[in-house]
Amino acid sequence: MRKGVMRPGHIQIRVLDVEEALKHYRDLLGLIEVERDSQGRAYLKGWTEVDKFSVVLREADAPGLDFVGYKVLDNQTLEKLHGELVEYGCNVEEIPAGELNGCGRRIRFDSPTGHMFEIFAEKEQTGKWGLSPVNPEAWPRGLTGMKATRFDHCLLYGPNIAGTLDLFQKVLGFELAEQVLDPEGTRIAQFLTVGMKAHDVAFIECPDPGKLHHVSFFLDTWEDVLRAADLISMEDVSLDIGPTRHGLTHGKTIYFFDPSGNRSEVFCGGDYHYPDHEPVTWKAEDLGKAIFYHDRVLNDRFLTVLT
Amino acid sequence: MPDRETHLIRVVNRDQSFKCAEDQVLLVAMERMSTDAISVGCRGGGCGVCKIRILQGDYECKRMSKAHISEEEMQQGFVLACRVFPRTDLDIESDHYQAPESSYQIEAARMVAG
Repeated sequence: MRKGVMRPGHIQIRVLDVEEALKHYRDLLGLIEVERDSQGRAYLKGWTEVDKFSVVLREADAPGLDFVGYKVLDNQTLEKLHGELVEYGCNVEEIPAGELNGCGRRIRFDSPTGHMFEIFAEKEQTGKWGLSPVNPEAWPRGLTGMKATRFDHCLLYGPNIAGTLDLFQKVLGFELAEQVLDPEGTRIAQFLTVGMKAHDVAFIECPDPGKLHHVSFFLDTWEDVLRAADLISMEDVSLDIGPTRHGLTHGKTIYFFDPSGNRSEVFCGGDYHYPDHEPVTWKAEDLGKAIFYHDRVLNDRFLTVLT
Repeated sequence: MPDRETHLIRVVNRDQSFKCAEDQVLLVAMERMSTDAISVGCRGGGCGVCKIRILQGDYECKRMSKAHISEEEMQQGFVLACRVFPRTDLDIESDHYQAPESSYQIEAARMVAG
C-alpha cells in the first residue's frame, strides 16, 4: 500500500576527487552542474528534472554511497512517516532544512542492509533545464556528453535484504516489482518501486553492509545507449559491460565506472509496474540470463566489484 | 614513447612481467599487454580488486580508497594497481585483494548453474 512516498529525490555519492568526478558526471554523463556548497559538495541534475538537484558529490577518502533521498507528498506525510520509522526501530536523525542547499528538512534512517536513506517533503524546484514551463521545446540546446535525462535508481548490496524489503514495504509503501528466487525460495535480489517504474531502488544480498553497486541515469532510446558506448570509448573511460539488455526489468543498458570506481549505468526502456501486479520472478539458476539477457553468463566483475 | 620513460614491472608471484610507461598506471599497462597478472575491477581506486604489494622500486600514487588501503598498508607498499605510476622498474606481488566471504547469491548461482 502506498504511503505517500512519491519518487527518488537525490543521491549523495562519495568521490576521491570532486573535479575529476565532475568530468564524469557533468561532461560525460551530461548532467547539469547546479552549484557548489560551503562544504565543497557539487550539486547536479538531469535536464528533465524539475528539482534544483538530484546528485550530490562529496569528496572523501573512500568512494561509495552516503545516502539516497525520496520525496514524500507533504510535511504531514513526512511527520507521519518519521513517527513510523522510529516505531519500526530504525535509527532516525533529523537533518535541518538547508543542510543541502535548497532542500527542506530531511528525516534520515538506517536499514538492515546498512544503507542510509532519507525522506523529505520540500525542495526548491527550478524546472526542466533550458526549457520554458509553457510551450516547452522538445529538448534544450547546449547539452553535453550522454545527455542523461534524470537520476533514475540505484542498486545496493548488503546483508538481510529481506529486512530492508520489510521496512520499505511496511513503512514506506514501496512495492516489490521484480525478484530473483533460489530453488529454496530465498530472495537474493529485489527490485522495488513507488510508482510505475520497474525499479526506484534495488537490492542484492551480500555479506558486506552498505555497498553501492551502481547509480543509474535514464536515456530515451537504444540509439542513445549506443552513443553513450561510443563516448566511453572516445574518452577511454573504464567500461564494465555493455551495451546489452537485462532480463530483469528488460532495460537496455551499459555500465561503466566513475574516476573513483563508483559504477554508473545509463539505460533506456524497461518494464512497468502497477500496484495490482504480482512480482516478476527470475530463477537464481538462470541468473546469467536474468542479468545479461544476451550473454546469459555470470560476470564476476559485475557481481563483485562494489564501492 | 622513449625507452627511458618505460619501466619493467615484474609480477613475482605470477612469474609474469609487462612494460609500463611513466604516465601510465600499472593496471592499464597490464591490460594493454593482454596479460592477466593483476585482477581488474573498477580501475578507479575504489573497489580494491587490483590490490598489490610493491616489493621494490619507486612509484607515485594517486588517491586510493581508505576502505581498501590504510595508511599503515601504504607504508608497507600496498597499493591499488590502477592508481600507481612507476618511476623505476618494479617488483610487485599481485592477488592481495581479499573478497568478503563469497556472497550467498554468487555461491548459490554457481551451484545451481554448475
